Amino acid sequence: MKRLASIAFATAIALFLQGCAGWQSALDPKGPAASELAWLIWFFTGLCAVVWVLVMAALAVPLLMRSRQHAEPLALDADADSRKLRVVTVAVGLTAVILVGLTLLSFFANRTLAAIGSDAALTIRVTGHQWWWEVRYEDATPSRVLTTANEIHIPAGEPVRLLLTSTDVIHSFWVPSLSGKLDLIPGRMNVLDIKADKPGVYRGQCAEFCGAQHANMGTFIIAEPRAKFDAWWNDQLQPAAAPTGGEAKAGENLFLKRPCVMCHKIGGTPAGGTVAPDLTHLASRQTLAAGTLTMSRGNLAAWIADPQGVKPGSHMPVVDLSGDELNAIVAYLEGLK
Amino acid sequence: MRPVVALLLFASMALAACQREERDTRPQSALGSGEQPTPVTTLEPGGQRPSPTDNKAASFEANAFHLSEGKRLFGWFNCSGCHANGGGGMGPALMDEKWIYGSSMESIHATIRDGRPNGMPSFRDKIPDDQIWELAAFVRSLSGNAPSSAAPSRNDDMMVHPSENRMPDAATLGKSP
Amino acid sequence: MSSADLTSERDLPPERETSVRGDIAPARDGPRDTGMDDASLHRWLARTWRTPPGIIGALSSVDHKVIARRYLITAFLFLCLGGLNAVAMRIQLSGPQRGLIGPDLYNQLFTMHGVTMMFLFAVPIVQATGIYLVPLMVGTRNIAFPRLNAFGYWVYVSGGLFAWVSFALAMAPDVGWFAYVPLSGPEFSPGKRADVWAQMITYTEVSSLAVAVATIVTVLKQRAPGMSLDKIPLYVWALLVTSFVVVFAMPAVMITSTFLILDRLVGTHIFNPAEGGDALLFQHLFWFFGHPEVYIIFLPATGMVSSIIPAFARRPAFGHLGLVLSLIAVGFLSFGLWVHHMFATGLPKLGASFFTASSMLIAIPNGVQIFCWLATLWDGRPVIRTPLLFVFGFFFTFVIGGLTGVMLASVPLDLQVHDTYFVVAHFHYVLIGGSVFPLLGAAYFWFPKITGRMMSERLGRWHFWLAMIGFNAAFFPMHIVGLWGMPRRVYTYPAELDWGNINLFISAGAVLFFLSFVLFAFNLVHGALRGTPAGDNPWDAGTLEWATSSPPPSYNFTRIPVVTNVEPLWAERGALPVASGLRVDARELIISTVAEAHPDIREKSATPSIWPLLAAIAVGATFLYSIFTPWAIIWGAAPIAVTLVGWFWPKGDPEDEE
Repeated sequence: MKRLASIAFATAIALFLQGCAGWQSALDPKGPAASELAWLIWFFTGLCAVVWVLVMAALAVPLLMRSRQHAEPLALDADADSRKLRVVTVAVGLTAVILVGLTLLSFFANRTLAAIGSDAALTIRVTGHQWWWEVRYEDATPSRVLTTANEIHIPAGEPVRLLLTSTDVIHSFWVPSLSGKLDLIPGRMNVLDIKADKPGVYRGQCAEFCGAQHANMGTFIIAEPRAKFDAWWNDQLQPAAAPTGGEAKAGENLFLKRPCVMCHKIGGTPAGGTVAPDLTHLASRQTLAAGTLTMSRGNLAAWIADPQGVKPGSHMPVVDLSGDELNAIVAYLEGLK
Repeated sequence: MRPVVALLLFASMALAACQREERDTRPQSALGSGEQPTPVTTLEPGGQRPSPTDNKAASFEANAFHLSEGKRLFGWFNCSGCHANGGGGMGPALMDEKWIYGSSMESIHATIRDGRPNGMPSFRDKIPDDQIWELAAFVRSLSGNAPSSAAPSRNDDMMVHPSENRMPDAATLGKSP
Repeated sequence: MSSADLTSERDLPPERETSVRGDIAPARDGPRDTGMDDASLHRWLARTWRTPPGIIGALSSVDHKVIARRYLITAFLFLCLGGLNAVAMRIQLSGPQRGLIGPDLYNQLFTMHGVTMMFLFAVPIVQATGIYLVPLMVGTRNIAFPRLNAFGYWVYVSGGLFAWVSFALAMAPDVGWFAYVPLSGPEFSPGKRADVWAQMITYTEVSSLAVAVATIVTVLKQRAPGMSLDKIPLYVWALLVTSFVVVFAMPAVMITSTFLILDRLVGTHIFNPAEGGDALLFQHLFWFFGHPEVYIIFLPATGMVSSIIPAFARRPAFGHLGLVLSLIAVGFLSFGLWVHHMFATGLPKLGASFFTASSMLIAIPNGVQIFCWLATLWDGRPVIRTPLLFVFGFFFTFVIGGLTGVMLASVPLDLQVHDTYFVVAHFHYVLIGGSVFPLLGAAYFWFPKITGRMMSERLGRWHFWLAMIGFNAAFFPMHIVGLWGMPRRVYTYPAELDWGNINLFISAGAVLFFLSFVLFAFNLVHGALRGTPAGDNPWDAGTLEWATSSPPPSYNFTRIPVVTNVEPLWAERGALPVASGLRVDARELIISTVAEAHPDIREKSATPSIWPLLAAIAVGATFLYSIFTPWAIIWGAAPIAVTLVGWFWPKGDPEDEE
């Protein structure tokens, strides 16, 4: 038993050290909520480890005893049993105290979390779709309302309010290094306040099973200094860049004539579909297909040529395109900075 | 006795299920209907365009996944803009027993792909061929022409009409009780 | 035991013995066991209680031991199938972006894994163990409602076949064992996959309700004379509490699955928010069953631990009353904490905190049990045999599972680990550590009783260490990868998140754990065929099942024992006192009073019948048909009614006519 425990422990430590710095890790907090939670996780883990070691020690006691039991099982030592009763009572009492302590701790931690971001100025509506995220920046001025997909830019150091809902099935928004998760439920609106301490890119992904491509429903929170964030917002409000060069122009034409136009929107063109991600500034994003591929010409072509190979079961159909047509469309999309 | 029952059960379910439950999301070119000849004329007043039976029709029309995809696309592509959830508006109703160009998968496919006079546009390049087949299969289910075990059920929306799997069978449609 | 031992009834008021209400006119009465010598008593009882020969006879059997053996073997087969599912999933997840299994199949695999393990393995196998042991432990000749019990088995088998045939046809449910709407609802789950989930639940719940009712009545009304409430063995208490939990929890999930079928098939709007329904209602209903479900699986395992520890610690369990009260407390509290599965749905914060407190609270009775077991072991060095090794394995792993459970009970902490591999690790520690390890210990412990032969101790130790190492290697790292952000139910993951190595390690552990079950299966077969013969009581344990021969005869006990102690075989070392007065030409049982277990009346137990099987086929066919049309309920009612009429057709027995 002890040998096993030490093997398990050594393995655990080795594995822990190997990959602690994930960019989607609850143990690598980058915001006040996640820091509070990471502290809570470590505290609970430490306390639970102590309790476990104590129980295992109590279990080891009889194994280390030399004396055997009485031959007659019903000949009980009444004194020993009343001593045991006292020990058990104390142990149960201690358990109760620990549990009450942990309950209070988690209650006050919950209050701390609720206070973070209650003064958020920026509101972003995140709508879950099978299998991508629609992101809408709310603003009092209608012309400044911005719709994008999958990547959420936020100003660093400022609390941001996310309104979470879904139009199809239940999803769950989870960026572990910033905050705990919260579900996106059709017919309901959940509110999650997040805050990133420093500029950076924080990965998250859907945490509630939502169908075939649940595994490839990633999102990124990109925290930037306020000035950079404002500039980004203003850029995103512009209509799509006009295609430059013959191939890109041909690509725009193809985009508008072929199935792409049925679902996608590109601001400034007749393409106005709302059931798939807005592509107006596609090339300004870091990833494709909800965090599945990094943005590059090759990946863009691969995704358009065989979406069912990259994300089997996703709603992007295989479109019959010749090599030249594919190149043209990729050239056009690549220019949508 | 029990193994026999189980075997019969298995066999009957196997036969019924393989058609109904497959979920192909990639076009199977082996089934045909990739490149289609452009029709010489676009006007077939009142009649059904003679259309060769296509292998895809059979594999799509009783498949629950394709029917459901058809239902989703019917909403996504705004077919309701003219056909109003199948009840008809600017375009003809799709829930009744009347078919201007025939009720076969092939003719509905041709209608969507090539368009028809009096307003039905052609979606030849706008919708991938397999999705046209899915839409065709769904349109048939609107009037009870799909097996009820495969036809779509209600959506999580306001209810506009009884769901397709609750439709009376096509044979009794339109005959008042 | 000679007839001179029939001192019997020494604890029983004599007037009760003479005025048993079941007495009828002596002219219509058959021979009794009073004063009959052992040889002729054996001949009489063997003829009265035998299972008829032939295939029809075997299918008509109502012997609780025969039904339980079938249950155990079937559940073990489903365990192997569910384990194969798990191995397939682990191979797919052993590295990032593996292409072995696509999402469509993977989603069916994890759903079938969950459904099989929860509904076709865990619940049936703990109930099956109860079906076998409870009548023996309370000293009666058969379970109450033996035909209902047989019916339960047949319905369970048809439910399992239904699920696995649909898997073979690639139309298995792919929406998770919890099948949340709207994903499992009409719009997002085309075809019959989600209906298979919903109806398969109905099959298995009908069967477990049937078994639960039979168990409750057996425990409350069929205990041997003298086995008052304070002398009921802890295992029987555990099964009694479990059965009550089944009776109150299972209807919730049957309602859930029926609502789902209605939404999908009839077009109701119960879970449709656009028409005034609510998607969260499903989760509340499901977890109102789903959390007690964990305790349905866990409580019988605590009973097994409470049986194994006294036998090897060589003393009765310390704190018998405390253990019983803990069982009852856990049973009650298990209904008050379902919401901790739903903390991430955005419930009001104060309400969620209440469920943190109630989830923490249930740790207290569980702690009481752990401490009492430890105190039982403290008297001296226990006899270490394979069953006790698995109990140690249970302590080692279940305590980890319980403590991570405390972590999950905290609302804020849960928001980080909910639906990640941390939770996967947690509930495998609870379910495998808390239930499968005691079950394996129980298998080694009671195998000699069931087969009359011992399992190999050497292979048993190999099995134990292989299982322990494989299990911990597979599941402990899941805690870590969960904290690193890996969500559950993903068929693949990106390479850049650095989860590859740890997942490879997990997969290796999972294969090792699976191999330990191969070794176990070999040990089972080897033990059954070649094991050294075991006597009636190889472990010198104290409860009644060890009083009869191994394997027990069809009538369990030649004479019904009279119980004077919670460990009767330790209290009466010479020979058990016995009760007499039962007829030997009919299947008579003693029905005793609920609290004091005074013999009350003699009651006939049902005879073998093919009708439970036919009724199960009719019910199974109705359920199957009902995923296609709601009219199945109407059409199916006719064959069900016919089979029930056959089942309950009067036998012309004088007792029936009174």
